[in-house]
Amino acid sequence: MANLESSFNQLTEMGESISTLLRELVAHLRENRTHLRQEWARRITEAKLLTAMSGDEVFNEATAVYDQYVEALETGTFETLQGYARNLSERIIPRGVEIHEVVGIVLLLRDVLARSLFAKYQADFAKLSRILDAYEPAANRIANTVAVGFVQERERIIREQQEAIRELSTPVLQVRERLLILPIIGVIDPQRARQLTEQLLRGIRTNRAKVVVIDITGVAAMDSNIANHLVQTVEASRLLGATVIVTGLSPEIAQTLVNIGVDLGKMTTVGDLQGGIEEAERLLGYQVRVAPNGEQENQA
Amino acid sequence: MAVPILKQGAYLIATVQSALTDADLMQLRDALVGRVGKSRSQGVIVDVTALDVLDSFASRTLRDLSHMIRLRGAETVIVGIQPDVAFAMVQLGLTLEGVAAALDLEEGLAYLDQKLKSGTQRN
Repeated sequence: MANLESSFNQLTEMGESISTLLRELVAHLRENRTHLRQEWARRITEAKLLTAMSGDEVFNEATAVYDQYVEALETGTFETLQGYARNLSERIIPRGVEIHEVVGIVLLLRDVLARSLFAKYQADFAKLSRILDAYEPAANRIANTVAVGFVQERERIIREQQEAIRELSTPVLQVRERLLILPIIGVIDPQRARQLTEQLLRGIRTNRAKVVVIDITGVAAMDSNIANHLVQTVEASRLLGATVIVTGLSPEIAQTLVNIGVDLGKMTTVGDLQGGIEEAERLLGYQVRVAPNGEQENQA
Repeated sequence: MAVPILKQGAYLIATVQSALTDADLMQLRDALVGRVGKSRSQGVIVDVTALDVLDSFASRTLRDLSHMIRLRGAETVIVGIQPDVAFAMVQLGLTLEGVAAALDLEEGLAYLDQKLKSGTQRN
């Protein structure tokens, strides 16, 4: 970026002739706006880029980008273009547009414009060369700006999603007075395991829980670190006066745990979540029965 | 700093107020094991809510204390271990096996009441 900037500055220092050239260039691009835009949109479709968008959408975006592009060439400032690139990224990322497509279309526009400059100045080679000197650094910087904008936007979205997943992933729910359930779904990595433990221990204290049912039906695989972490969580819960029941161990996980020799003596395990809750109710002294009139009621 | 030991009905309650040295811990252990016999107590509660850390010596002393008191015919329950402390302890392998633990003083009393089937004796 700094290189491009300095080369751009050098070019500006070369004075009147460059800005005259750029003005001439911009005038040329404005004049041929319709034709070049179409040409560009055609090349995008031909290259099978932006397949997630319809032809009209591609053309509309192409128009907007084209105008921003010409404006950036004219003014030499990239803030508007940067803002637009970010906005565009925000709209197209959810539709599955990839980075290679975005870079691809900007480079295509650069090529289309360069070709039109060749066509216009092919008689005067010296002038063509000067025009390209003025055009190329600016065009490269535009391509750079758009690509960086796209990547930054995507990274921002990824960060937001990670944050959201992290918040959603560990609910600690109270199902009865003094009974918590902790359903775990998906992959457990060390960071998530630590977070689960923290939330559970805090939940035990705030809800004054006596029994906790940890349901791991939704966990596909477990390694020895995570298994040990689970055992530690069970023991830490006991130190807070709560009994832990683990439910929903899949055959694969059961096999893994036995193979790696995790000490399961300290864990109470029950087949499924229903059985776990029933066992917990028994520990807490609840009796659940069906009321004679058919409505369900619970009695302590 | 010595830990005050209160007698409450059939139970003894020791509330740790601040960080304890090894000597304080041993003194607490000896005092409790002695008092259990003298006051014919049936249960002992050690409240460690104020402690930010429970090291291996403290864990071992609490475990010994609990086992010794059981030999003297009473039950012990450790109450008020903080969540962070609990997790740090199990990571160090200090799990207080064979020792009852409860969330807080109230839970500890309820545990002892249930254990000794003497809920009506305590006011």
